[in-house]
Amino acid sequence: MAKRRAFDVTTLPGFTTIAILAFVLLYAPIVTLVIYSFNGGNSVNQWGGFSLQWYAIAAQNEAVQDATARSLIIAVWASVISTTVATMAALGTTRRGKFKGQTIIYVIINQPLMVPEIVTAVSLLIFFSSVKVATGYSGLGYLILAHSAFCIPFAYLPIKARLEGMDTTMETAAADLYATPWQSFRYVTLPLLLPGVIAGAMLAFIISLDNVIITEFVKSAGQDTLPTYMLGQLRRALTPEVNAISTALLGLTVLILTLFVFVTKKRD
Amino acid sequence: MRTILVATTALLSTTFGALAEGELNLFNWGNYTSPEMIEKFTAQTGIAVTVTDYDSNTTALTKVEAGGSGFDLVVPSANYIPVYLRKGLIAELDHSRLPNIGNIAAEWKDVPWDPGRSHSVPWQWGSVGMAVNTTVYGGDVNTSELFMDPPEELVGKINVVPEMSDVINMAIFNLGGEACTEDLVLLKQVRDKMMAAKPKWLSMDYGTTDKLSSGDYAASVNWNGSTMRARINNPDIVYGYPKKGYPLFMDSVALLSDATNVDEAYQFINFILEPENAAMISAFARYANGVAGSEEFMPEDMKTAPEIVTPAEFVAAGKFLPTCPQSAIDLYTAIWTELLK
Amino acid sequence: MSRQTPGRSKGLNGWLLSTPALILLLLAASGPLLIVAVYSVLEKGDYSGVRWILSGEGWFRVLFEKDIFDQTISLADANLSIFWRSFKLSIATTVITFAFGLPTAWFIATRPAKSRAFWLFLITIPFWTNLLIRTFAIMEVIRNQGILNTFLMHFGLISEPIQILYTDTAVLMGMTYVYLPLMVLPLYAAIDRFDFRLIEAGYDLYASRWQVLRGVILPIIKPGIIAGCILVFIPSLGAYVTPRVLGGGKNMMIGNFIELQFGQGQNWPLGAALSTVLLLVVLVSLLVYTRASSRDNPNG
Repeated sequence: MAKRRAFDVTTLPGFTTIAILAFVLLYAPIVTLVIYSFNGGNSVNQWGGFSLQWYAIAAQNEAVQDATARSLIIAVWASVISTTVATMAALGTTRRGKFKGQTIIYVIINQPLMVPEIVTAVSLLIFFSSVKVATGYSGLGYLILAHSAFCIPFAYLPIKARLEGMDTTMETAAADLYATPWQSFRYVTLPLLLPGVIAGAMLAFIISLDNVIITEFVKSAGQDTLPTYMLGQLRRALTPEVNAISTALLGLTVLILTLFVFVTKKRD
Repeated sequence: MRTILVATTALLSTTFGALAEGELNLFNWGNYTSPEMIEKFTAQTGIAVTVTDYDSNTTALTKVEAGGSGFDLVVPSANYIPVYLRKGLIAELDHSRLPNIGNIAAEWKDVPWDPGRSHSVPWQWGSVGMAVNTTVYGGDVNTSELFMDPPEELVGKINVVPEMSDVINMAIFNLGGEACTEDLVLLKQVRDKMMAAKPKWLSMDYGTTDKLSSGDYAASVNWNGSTMRARINNPDIVYGYPKKGYPLFMDSVALLSDATNVDEAYQFINFILEPENAAMISAFARYANGVAGSEEFMPEDMKTAPEIVTPAEFVAAGKFLPTCPQSAIDLYTAIWTELLK
Repeated sequence: MSRQTPGRSKGLNGWLLSTPALILLLLAASGPLLIVAVYSVLEKGDYSGVRWILSGEGWFRVLFEKDIFDQTISLADANLSIFWRSFKLSIATTVITFAFGLPTAWFIATRPAKSRAFWLFLITIPFWTNLLIRTFAIMEVIRNQGILNTFLMHFGLISEPIQILYTDTAVLMGMTYVYLPLMVLPLYAAIDRFDFRLIEAGYDLYASRWQVLRGVILPIIKPGIIAGCILVFIPSLGAYVTPRVLGGGKNMMIGNFIELQFGQGQNWPLGAALSTVLLLVVLVSLLVYTRASSRDNPNG
């Protein structure tokens, strides 16, 4: 007869300790960074009392304002474009059973996830340089184009997941009631799909906001985004201003993530 | 539907409506442009200036040559101006649009690398030497041996700025050669000695001002102005003039051939040739400028600083870097790329 | 009245709907990759760019070099050491993140349902935090006057700061820190689906904990392990920001080496060739992954 052990089968020795340690180690640097953003002193690692001065300095810094505005504009555009396009692609590739060439579509859509960013950045540098010289246009278009492209998989995955989990009876009912495919889509599918679409848009937004390498290579004169501005500061003049900007960006990310959890947990 | 239309229009206008009146794109070294000076310029002319940073001459040249970058003004070092010229990247300056052109100091009015100042005006000039934290190393700082063959205390603690022409020429001087030498025997020694020293270097990076101040670097090959700024933050830093020879550099502002904001560019160039404004530039980065009459506006501490006022015994060792023939540059680039790996 | 049957012309519709996404991606993601491959066989231009003349120089320089002075051709030691360092650091990062990641994923997966969402959220935040912020955060900890050194000195364990920054160790620490969440999430997904009764069965048969771990748990969550390893290995191989900020310019990884060719190295074809090599390594790794995971699939 097998003896009943008195302990929990889900525990493994040392695992909980290591896990807690991992969490602590994961958060300690970030917490320190946040704390030092309130540093009253001038250095990044000597505490000089609590103060909001660096937030004020960052807020008044024209380069920061400029970079922030640009980051947000690009992120909004990229998230709108990539989500629209990804929704269409998700509709085209799910709940249809396999069709010819579907794998190729998957590969291309997920390509930004797998190709190292440096390679994409370099390839876009080469490609866009020639285009810039040929057309003379050097506006935000290139950045928006590049961002929209690599945000696609991030928008695609949640939408696809949502679509797969959706139940088709509503749409069949609509068809039974003589709705055209467009009406069925607009009044039945889309509303049901909406949480997935919003989730995808949010992820795309965060991804675009956070991008460093591709933006760094593709940008033209004076087209700094918040991350590229920070990269420049990191390499040259380190003040707690970078901490303040980082904390603000972190706060925004946490906010969006919280909303994301909210939206996806909603029962419909 | 309507809301979508309104939103899209708003979005479009944010992207394209940002083209304000009077813009200028300045491509300059990092930490080299005085924010106060820019503010004064904008207040005076209404032109908004965007400064983009670069770390090295080669990066700047590569970016400009790749084209479509959108910059109006660039600030290359003297030995690179002829390269820009040769490639047709910078435009001839119309002196009639620069009333202040006469303000250029006598010794910088006519230079071999830009006769008659037809294509550039002075920004700042200085020297390249050794910045050392005396609490870590108390020995002689006036020698390039510090990085070519680091002493005990500095092994693993010294940085070398990755600026090719400055470092390679200092290395050549260290081994007794002349600038732009193509002596293969000497260059091989240069290459070998630097490769042997490299493992003893901590890093090859920029941002020396802050890292010297904070103690991340105990020493570095560094420019004099940057060292002075480090010393102001951290009094233990001293600047050494390598006895065997150290490079002098001058950075000048040039107008790019494909610049779009040409009027604004001329206004800017004229602006910085005013003694007061030139002094503002110097006060920020702590380098000397090439405008006559700016001395009276310069900050007090620069008039006596050892980084700016070269001690008499080292003056002769300062050598202005000429533009080397392409064959020499190719050799140096090959050595440099090998070193960087 | 004819009903729209979902099965009809599904292929056409599938492609049609996917077209905008495909166009965008081909234009700004996949397409340019082909340009890179093309550039790798051209001749290098003066300071930047290329001349449209075919040349094998770019690919030659990937593995070989000509000595500047005596023109002897030899194996490019420096290049090889960069490849080796990248490979070494990526493997090390994968191993360390696994060592930390498995217990963490296990911990989260074994929390009661209520608190589990909290822990998941906690691990997700660093995942979505900007790479730069995370690299900066770790830099602040390990620099000479950072927390780590101050801590060690405060407790008298060392008398002067240990130089961690700008070494390979710093890069390793940075990458481990940055990629840990990427290892945890797939492991969590696999453990979540794990049937814990199997463990009970193992213990009932008098297996030790270690035997249970090795013989029951690990084989079953293998797809998750493989996914996590790939998700960490591939990005760390192509890492650019972390080695740049923490490596001090001397400890280059492939990503930095590639960037060098487009900057001070002035050799676009070589940069393109290196990028193609990196891409190929990634593709091979992915193939290994799909092979390994599809082989295990029948077992469920």
